Amino acid sequence: MTLPDGRAVVEAREGDGATLSIHGAAIGDRVYTGAITFFALCVPLLLLAIAWEIGVAGWPTLHKFGFGFLTSSDWDPVKGEFGAAPAIYGTIVSSIIALVLATPLAIGVSLFLSELAPRWLRQPVGFLVDLLAAIPSVVYGLWGIFVLLPVLRDPVMPFLRDTLHLDKTGLFTGPAYGPSMLAAGIILAIMVLPYIASVSREVLLAVPRSQREAALALGATRWEAIWGAVLPYARSGIVGGVILGLGRALGETMAVTMLIGNRPEIAASLFAPGYTMASLLANEFSEASSDAHLSALMAVAFVLFVITLIVNGIARWLVWQVSRNTSGRTA
Amino acid sequence: MTTATPPMSPPLRPTLRQRAFSERTVRTLKRRRIVSGLMLAVLIGAAVLAVLPLIFIFGHLLTLGVSSLSWDFFTKMPKPVGETGGGLANAIVGTLILIGLASAVGLPVGVGAGLYLAERKGAKLANGVRFLSDVLNGLPSIVMGIFAWQFLVRPVGHFSALAGGVALGAMMIPMVARTTEEMVGIVPVSLREAALALGYSRWRTSLSVVLRTASAGIVTGALVAIARIAGETAPLLFTAFGNQFWSTSLKQPISALPLQVFSYAISPYDAWHSLAWAGALVLIALIFIISLVARFATRARFATGGGD
Repeated sequence: MTLPDGRAVVEAREGDGATLSIHGAAIGDRVYTGAITFFALCVPLLLLAIAWEIGVAGWPTLHKFGFGFLTSSDWDPVKGEFGAAPAIYGTIVSSIIALVLATPLAIGVSLFLSELAPRWLRQPVGFLVDLLAAIPSVVYGLWGIFVLLPVLRDPVMPFLRDTLHLDKTGLFTGPAYGPSMLAAGIILAIMVLPYIASVSREVLLAVPRSQREAALALGATRWEAIWGAVLPYARSGIVGGVILGLGRALGETMAVTMLIGNRPEIAASLFAPGYTMASLLANEFSEASSDAHLSALMAVAFVLFVITLIVNGIARWLVWQVSRNTSGRTA
Repeated sequence: MTTATPPMSPPLRPTLRQRAFSERTVRTLKRRRIVSGLMLAVLIGAAVLAVLPLIFIFGHLLTLGVSSLSWDFFTKMPKPVGETGGGLANAIVGTLILIGLASAVGLPVGVGAGLYLAERKGAKLANGVRFLSDVLNGLPSIVMGIFAWQFLVRPVGHFSALAGGVALGAMMIPMVARTTEEMVGIVPVSLREAALALGYSRWRTSLSVVLRTASAGIVTGALVAIARIAGETAPLLFTAFGNQFWSTSLKQPISALPLQVFSYAISPYDAWHSLAWAGALVLIALIFIISLVARFATRARFATGGGD
């Protein structure tokens, strides 16, 4: 390194620096790649950890009661009898009510926004519907307790039962207390509406103009163009949105807990109180004293986890399928 | 034009069936138009009906919430049943602490995962992670709460703010990851190539060029995620648990606005009910402020984008 020429030393230093920095870059790249790969792996790891922790804790119950855990309707922590059927039934029924009420509304509002609304109205109405998704569950519950329940108790439930004579169907019978499967279903409908609407709107806006124009050019009325050309094109995407909404409805906790009445019984009437898996967890988890009770609740959580995993998986797959198809067509 | 038909082709006369069909379409045109008009009216009705609940909820929140809102609400502690007044100062601070904790957990992991998704776009692992983060996003929040309980509360033996923050942070990860991916994805490839051509290493290109360009969008995504978890109650039920007293310790149970709204709403006391409405209003206001800031962050991004 002790060269007589000063410049040579400088060049040698520069060379050193260059190799050093290239070496450093390689290490830096490796660290960076390692770090982001690790963060990305956190997602599947988190899912695995959730499944593992809850599955292991619920295993004693699942093992002891087997398939009967899903079909038995005895839920008696004192006797150590655990059957999740009422909660599973309530989860499914309240979600079905929600979808039956929310789907036509959501498709209607998205069709209105994509086909009818003047441009200046699109953004504000879309924004208002999206805003529904920003309201916390507990606020829906609060509103439900103090606004929705009184309205249901007085004019709505007696009207359905006595004036429309819907009690003959068996769905709208019994005393109208307020807290009921119907109340939970209605609040869930309002809550999942923005999810279904936003997916439907996106899918409908992705339908090519030519599709509508072709139908109109063939002499179709505006509704016929929507029904015959636009909706079929967007169908699978809308179905994906509905299933996404279903996933939301199945796991929704606070608002349902506050409105469903929390009684572990299976009743045909929608006026009767019920239970959902999520509300069962919210109510009993912090009060579970025995290990068996805790394990049973963990098993319920595991069942809920698996169901929502499947439902969300299907929904995402459907929505992806559509977005891949439409992007393939426009490209 | 009519005489210009080539001699080889058969005369272009509609068949009987075609004529019948076209006559029918013309004859039924009036009815079809009426049906169309009715259905379009139904669509408008659906739009009105979809917006109505929102208007009602906000109306009630404003009328019932504002009347029970006072300065005490923000500065005083909750009072026991029977005593009038009191506020939710501890719950407001608790919610802010929980948001901070959740961001500390969720943001680094979410942004990192999002960078991975954007940089390894076609890779099998990236596709899998993208799918799983969408699935994780749809997981019921109460399941996340139970997981955090089993993971962080049960071994320690007591509820803690930390467990609540981790539960909320875990919920943020998939949301932040997906928005980060989207925002990094719209950074022009030329920018990345320019940095690499200038001799930047890959990691510096990613962090100080690409991530910085996308930063406004990522901030927006992060704020949207924070707005979503700020109102979550279910994951806090068995983790942060709630606390009637002033506490800022991460190892102790902590109060949170949504938890207080819940316990006040299901209580039998009128005074607590009005506190619940006030709490809900403050919670919504908090969420809206966060969302508005998020909107402005997006605006700023588009403004600078236009200037470039």
